Amino acid sequence: MTMADAKQFPLPSSLKVVPGTEGAQAAYPYFTQFVPEDDGKFWFYNSMHFPEPMHHFDMITAEAAYVALGAANTRVHVLPTAKGIEHRIINGRVYIGGVAVTDPAEIQERVGEFQQRAFYYYEHWERLYDSWKEKMKTLIADALALPKPELPDYEPLENVHAGKGVAANHALLDIYQKQIEGYHRMWHHHFEFLLLGYGAYMTFFDFCKKAFPEISDQAISRMVAGMEAEIFRPDEEVKRLARRAVELGVDTHFTDGMNIEAVLADLDRVGNAGKEWLGELETSRNPWFNVSSGDGFYHYHRSWNDDLSLPFAALPGYIDKIKAGANIERPTDQLISEREQLVADYRELLDTDEDRATYDQLIGLAHRVFPYVEGHKFYCEHWYTNLFFNKIREFGALLAQNGFFGANGREEDVFHLTQYELESAIIDLMLGWGIGAEPRGPRHWPAIVAERKAAIKEWAKHPTPAALGAVPDAIDDPAIVMLWGITRESLDRWLAADEEGPTNELKGFAACHGVVEGTARVVKSVEEIGRLQQGDILVCQVTNPTWAPIFQKISAAVSDIGGSMSHMAIVAREYGLPAVVGTGTATQRIPDGARIRVDGGRGTVTILEEARVLEDA
Amino acid sequence: MSADSAIGWFADLRITDRPTVGGKGASLGELTHAGIDVPPGFVVTTHAFELFLKALEASAPVRTAVEALDATNLDAVTALSKTLRARVEEEPLPQQVERAILEAHQQLTDGDMAVTVAVRSSATTEDAEDASFAGLQDTFLWVLDAQDTVKRVRECWGSLYSVESMTYRRKHGLPEEGVAMAVVVQKMVDARTAGVMFTRSPTTGDKSVITIEGAWGLGSAVVSGEVTPDRWVMGKITGEISVRDISDKHIRQVPAPGGGIFDEELPDDMRNAPALSDDELQALRAVGRRIEKHYGRPQDIEWAIDKAGNLLLLQSRPETVWSAREQAPVVATQADPLKHVMTIFGGRR
Repeated sequence: MTMADAKQFPLPSSLKVVPGTEGAQAAYPYFTQFVPEDDGKFWFYNSMHFPEPMHHFDMITAEAAYVALGAANTRVHVLPTAKGIEHRIINGRVYIGGVAVTDPAEIQERVGEFQQRAFYYYEHWERLYDSWKEKMKTLIADALALPKPELPDYEPLENVHAGKGVAANHALLDIYQKQIEGYHRMWHHHFEFLLLGYGAYMTFFDFCKKAFPEISDQAISRMVAGMEAEIFRPDEEVKRLARRAVELGVDTHFTDGMNIEAVLADLDRVGNAGKEWLGELETSRNPWFNVSSGDGFYHYHRSWNDDLSLPFAALPGYIDKIKAGANIERPTDQLISEREQLVADYRELLDTDEDRATYDQLIGLAHRVFPYVEGHKFYCEHWYTNLFFNKIREFGALLAQNGFFGANGREEDVFHLTQYELESAIIDLMLGWGIGAEPRGPRHWPAIVAERKAAIKEWAKHPTPAALGAVPDAIDDPAIVMLWGITRESLDRWLAADEEGPTNELKGFAACHGVVEGTARVVKSVEEIGRLQQGDILVCQVTNPTWAPIFQKISAAVSDIGGSMSHMAIVAREYGLPAVVGTGTATQRIPDGARIRVDGGRGTVTILEEARVLEDA
Repeated sequence: MSADSAIGWFADLRITDRPTVGGKGASLGELTHAGIDVPPGFVVTTHAFELFLKALEASAPVRTAVEALDATNLDAVTALSKTLRARVEEEPLPQQVERAILEAHQQLTDGDMAVTVAVRSSATTEDAEDASFAGLQDTFLWVLDAQDTVKRVRECWGSLYSVESMTYRRKHGLPEEGVAMAVVVQKMVDARTAGVMFTRSPTTGDKSVITIEGAWGLGSAVVSGEVTPDRWVMGKITGEISVRDISDKHIRQVPAPGGGIFDEELPDDMRNAPALSDDELQALRAVGRRIEKHYGRPQDIEWAIDKAGNLLLLQSRPETVWSAREQAPVVATQADPLKHVMTIFGGRR
C-alpha cells in the first residue's frame, strides 16, 4: 500500500449493491441513493445511530432527524462553519457527510447571526427549556390522542346523524399524516437545543483538555453529569417496585426466569396486596416504562411497556438486596457532593486566577445546559419514538388483517415499506373500503416484503466500510465532532485498523475505570438478557440506560457503539462498573462464553481464551 | 533542633532546617512530621561538617586551597581533589562528631546487627535547583554497621572536593565559606518493589495525573536506569488508571551479603508481572496527593514497599522542570462567558 492510498477510504462508486438486493436498494428514496458526484465528498458510516441494516420504514428516523438537524444548524442557530448533514443509503447502511462552510466572508456573516441566536438561547436557557418540555408533553398528548386506525363495516350511525360528513376511511390518512408530522416535529424539538448543549459541554471539555492534557474524558463527564436526569428514573422505578413488593409481602412471586404473564395473573388473584402492587406497576409504567431497550431508532427497539422482561429480570436481584438490608437507593446527595468535590479538586490544580475564572464560567454553562443534553432522550428517542412506532404497528395490524402481507402476514411486515409506500398502501385500503372492491395490496406487497426481508438478512452478512472517499485534512464540523466523536485522529485510527492483522485486543472509549476478567455474554437483543449470569461481562451492540437494572448482575460492560458521553457510560460510572464503549466490533469478534479482560481505564478489551467448554448434553 | 547539634533526628526537623540538614534531610523531617511513613533516621548536620573542617584546617588549609585553584588547570584540580578527599576520608574526626554519629546509629538500629542503613548526601540547596551540587548525589545502600556508616558519611563529605564540583565552584566564583554538606542516615528498607512517583505528568506537565514507575527490588535500579520500570499513569483526583505499561524487568537489585547491593536475575514469571497491585497504586496516589498538598506544589517522590507490604516514602522534592515555566492562562479570559463557545463553533481550532 502506498502512502497516497493510506489516506483514502473506498469511493462511494466502488461500493456495490449486494447482488440480489437491487430491488430493495432501489426502493429507498431517490435522494438517498449515491450518485457519481458523491465520490468527491467524504462520508462515514453512521454506525453509532444505525448499526444494523435499516428496514425501509425505519429510514424515516434518519430522514426526519437530518431534516431537523440541518434546519437547526443551517438556518435556525446558523452555525458559522457547518451546515447540515447529508445522508445516503446503500445496502441498508446509512452514510453521512457534513456540509462545511469554508468561505471566510460567509463564516463571518454567520458568526454574527449565530451570536444573536445561540447566545439568546444560552441566556434564556431555563425558560426555553421549560417551554420545550411543555411542547414535548403536548406533542406526546397529541400522539396519545390519535385513535387506533380501524375500518367499520358501515360508518357508525351516530356519525351520520351528527352530520360528520367525513367517512371512517379518511381517518386512516388523517391519523397517518398526523403521526408522520408529529415525528418530524419531534425531531425539530430534539435539535432545538442539542448542538448548543453539546457545544457548551464541548467548550468546557476543550478547556479541561488544554489545562489538563492527560485528563480522561470520563473525569470531565463526571464533573458535568446531571443528577436528576430522566434517564435514571426508569431504573429508580424498578427499585421502587422491588421495595413495594417487599413492603406488600408479595416479593416471593418474583424469581429468576419467571413467567411474567403468570406472575401478573397470580398477583391479580392473591388479594389486595397483589392488586396494590399491580397499581404501583401501572404508576411506574406511565410514563417511565416508555424507555426503549435500544436507542429508539429501529422499530424493533421495543420499550419496557411493550416487553416487561427487562425490568422484571431486575426485580429478583433488587428484592434480594432489600431483604438483605442493603440500601439500593440512588444516593443523589452523595453523588452531588462527589461531583462538587471533583469540580473543586480540579479547580485547585489550575495555576492562575484567570484560569479559575474561566473554569467557573464554563462549568457553570455546562451545568446549565446539561439537564437538556441528558433529559431530551427520554422525551424524544424513547417516549415519542415508542408511541410512533407502535402507531405504525397498528397500521401494520390493519393491513395484515386485510391481507396486505399475505396469508401469513404479520403486523411487523409493515416496516418493510417506506413511509411513502405505506401511505400508498393506506390509500389503497381506503379506496378498497370505499369502493367496496378488493384493494390491490394483497397481490402487490407480499412479494416485496419477502424480497426486502431477504435483503436485510443478506445485508447484515456484509460488513460495510467505516468511511468512504478522501480523508479531509481537518474535521471542523462541530456537529460531527460532538455527535459522532469523529476527528481526524479517529479516521487515521480506522485506516490503521484495516492494515493491522488480527489481534486479541479491541480498543474503545474508556467509559468507566477498573479492570475485570470474566466470561463474556454476547447479548444481541433484549430477549437474551435472561442468559446473563451473576458476574458475567455484558457484551452488546447498543448501550442504553434502560439496561441499567441489569448492571447489578454484571461485572463489566462492553459495547460496539457509544462514546464516553453515551448514556451507558454515564450509568456505568454511577454503578462504578468497568466499561468500554464504542469498540466497533465487540459483538462480532468476542465469542459468547469467551474469557475476556476489560480495562475500563485504558479502554481495552482483551480476549484471553476463546475456546469454550462444551456443555454436557 | 539546636543550631550546634552534630546530628538531627527526622522527627525534630522541618523544611526550614534546610541550611543545616540539606534539602533531603529537611524534606524527610518535614514528611515525618506530617505523619507520612518515612523510614526513621537522622541527619549528620553541616555543623558536624564545619567542626570537622575546622579540625582539618588546623593541620593544613582546605578552603583557601580550593579558592586558589585555577579552574582551567585540570591537573592542579585533580591533584588537590585527590589530596582533599583522602584527608576527609582519613584524618581523625573530632571526637564529638564521631561519638554523635555512633550513638545515633546505635539508637537507630537499637543495637540490632541485622538493621542496615542507607547513607546519602543532602545538599544544602534544593537538589535540582542548584547545579553546583551536580554529581553530589552520593547514595550508599545496605551499609552494615556503625563504623561503615562513619566511613560513608566521610565519603559523602569528600565528594564536595570532587574534580567536577570544585571546578564548577571556581568557574562560578562561589565562595568556599558557604560550602557544606549534610548527610542523611536512614534505616534501609528491604524493598519488594520500589520506584518513583511524579505528582504531575513529566511529559505534558499535567497536574491532574500522577505518574508512577516501579520495579522489583530496591529503587536504585529504577533511579539509575538499570531496569526499565513498569509505568502507570493515573488520575490524581479520580484514581482511574489510564496507562499500564508493564515492562520486561530482567533484574532486580537486592542487598549483598557483605553490604551494598547486587543485580539478581529474575525468573520469567516475575519479569513481566506488574510490580504493583492496583491497591498499592491507589495507596501511592493517596500519599502523593497528601505530600503535594502539604508542600503546595507538585513533587518528585521516591518510595518503596517492603516485604511486609508497607508503603514507605524515601524522598520527596519539588518538581522543578514544569514548575519553572511561566504560567500563562490556558485560554484568553472573556468577560462574557458565552464568547468561549466560539472556540467550538467559530471555526478552525
